[in-house]
Amino acid sequence: MDSAQLLIILATAITTATPLVFACLGETLTERAGVINLSAEGTVMLGAMVGFVVAKTTESVWLGFLGAAAVGMLVALIVAYGAITLRQSQIAIGFVLALLCSDLSSYLGNPYVRVPGPTVPPAFPIPILEAIPVIGPLFFRQGDVLVYASYVLIIGMWFYFYRTRTGLTLRAIGEQPAAAFVRGHNVIALRYLYTLVGGAMIGIAGAAFSLDFKAGWSHRHTAGYGWIALAIVIFGGWNPLRAALGAYLFGILQSLASVAQSSIQDVPTQVFTVAPFILMILVLVLTSAGWLGRLLGYLPVTPRRALMRALRTAPPAALGRPFEQD
Amino acid sequence: MNSTIPSQTALPWLWRLPALVYRSGALIISLLLIGLIVLLSGASPVEVIGRMLVGAVSTPDQVGRVVATLSTLLLCAVGLVYTFNAGLYNLGVEGQVTFGAIATTFVLRLLYPEEATASLLPPPLTIALGVLAGALGGVLWGLLAGALHVYGRISEIFAGLGLNFAATGVAIYLIFGPWKRPGVASLSGTQPFDESLWLGTFGQTEATPVGLGLGLLALLITIVVMRNTYFGLRLRAVGKNQYAAHVLGVPARQQLLSAFLICGLFAGLAGAIQVVGVFHRLIPNISSNLGFLGLLVVMLVNFDPRWVLPVALFFSALNIGSLQLPLSLGLESSLAGVIQGLLVLFALIGRGLAQRYAAS
Repeated sequence: MDSAQLLIILATAITTATPLVFACLGETLTERAGVINLSAEGTVMLGAMVGFVVAKTTESVWLGFLGAAAVGMLVALIVAYGAITLRQSQIAIGFVLALLCSDLSSYLGNPYVRVPGPTVPPAFPIPILEAIPVIGPLFFRQGDVLVYASYVLIIGMWFYFYRTRTGLTLRAIGEQPAAAFVRGHNVIALRYLYTLVGGAMIGIAGAAFSLDFKAGWSHRHTAGYGWIALAIVIFGGWNPLRAALGAYLFGILQSLASVAQSSIQDVPTQVFTVAPFILMILVLVLTSAGWLGRLLGYLPVTPRRALMRALRTAPPAALGRPFEQD
Repeated sequence: MNSTIPSQTALPWLWRLPALVYRSGALIISLLLIGLIVLLSGASPVEVIGRMLVGAVSTPDQVGRVVATLSTLLLCAVGLVYTFNAGLYNLGVEGQVTFGAIATTFVLRLLYPEEATASLLPPPLTIALGVLAGALGGVLWGLLAGALHVYGRISEIFAGLGLNFAATGVAIYLIFGPWKRPGVASLSGTQPFDESLWLGTFGQTEATPVGLGLGLLALLITIVVMRNTYFGLRLRAVGKNQYAAHVLGVPARQQLLSAFLICGLFAGLAGAIQVVGVFHRLIPNISSNLGFLGLLVVMLVNFDPRWVLPVALFFSALNIGSLQLPLSLGLESSLAGVIQGLLVLFALIGRGLAQRYAAS
């Protein structure tokens, strides 16, 4: 394998991981606000179905994405109402919705299985940027407008989280909702807002599959991707940049698996989808039980600090807990 | 989670209806939504109900399939009663079923090698050992999730989900690798076992007395354990408030691990029954998603084992009855899942509304 081939594989991995990037960013945003949207698996599937059906009937790809975003928001609204207002278990509501929406997509989408439909028109390489060695061919000759949109979203979300005042509030309502409330922020309204926006992004991830990267819809076409997104959010330590990196790593793993198929025929590609979950468990074991801190304790101070900051994966402190505002 | 008293928000007293009104109102809305979704797919709700009923009970074969589904579903749901009462969301139940099935297949292949013409031991003994292995496999996978949760301080939800995929990965690897069919490996599973290793059935149906017996026995034991034993009481104490239970001298870790162990045991048995009673081989989706359906059953009955049997029977009948829909009406059989999901979702919402707004 020479370097040109490797670049092609990596660029393909970035393309295939793009829907996953949308789902991971949506879930990261939701969880940063302190809400777990466990329905991602079902939301992605329902988004894929609704997006495809809307695009097919209106002949507009962009209305399809709008429909998928709306359905993602609707599912997120149920999660938010059950979890935030009624203070029921977020896990219970999200899990039921995950199963319900998967089945609903199969049931209502039945007439649209493997029907040809509209797809996102191809885009062009980005001038100037594409000429940069390595980076150019890797990121900026993608030929797909959604891939470019995902870059904007990744950087934008990182900037919003860590460089804006409202982003600081967002992180506060996930970490210390009581403190944020005392400072005059409406925790409940903000949690609703971020859960809905995050849900819209997870729905868009579904449409990205059916209208672009898998071009079409079929029963359980996106099975597994919602759960994988949940795993990658943890792997990514609730940080948009690292969540995107996690999604790309998964894409690379998939690309390598299909390349390796010819040499190791005994191992089916499905086995590789297990990898993100094993990584997720390892990351959780390392960080949750405090072993990472102990391991890094053997290092001298300077690299330890940097590593600690780079590897910090503590979940938002109030994640999954309802907040009593009134 | 709802540790504080529900707030008395600025609702006029007129709004404060009895809890029953919220709960039945939620049920009615879920039924209306189900009807609406059926109408959306261009079918008549009455006709759909009729076809599903016919599809579930009109022939002995169909009743047998309902009973076979019920047996596995009961075992999963009963196991989940323990974890739910301990305050755990054991989403790993699917993996525990799968790993139990893998363990059963391993022992059956060991005692009846592919090149052999008969089992090394008498077939009933071979089956019994296979089922036992399934239970142990489920326990192993359950305890793995339990150890990750109790000692690794990982959310049992993500540990369980991860282990589900890991178990499926192992199953697929075995089906395509070491245990592949002579000739071509495929997703249809391993080579079926010799008929001498199939579990006996009621007549010519799919239902097995052993599977149904195990399911009902497990349910009976669980009702007694949860209501009448100190163990059940301690389990609920840990589930209600882990810290308070600890202060009062209940060994919380031990209780949590026991809950994972028992759930793994029953889920492993369910996996074993799927292998020796239903599929007679290992397939990638050996659990038929009945572990996840078990979660829905136990959530709907609010973790009370006494109501598990009627709900599990109803859900099993929905699963089998819906298989008629593609043939007779051209609809998708996933309507069963839509109905089950909507019922549980609105039961949760109704419960939440009652807790928050009902007059006390």
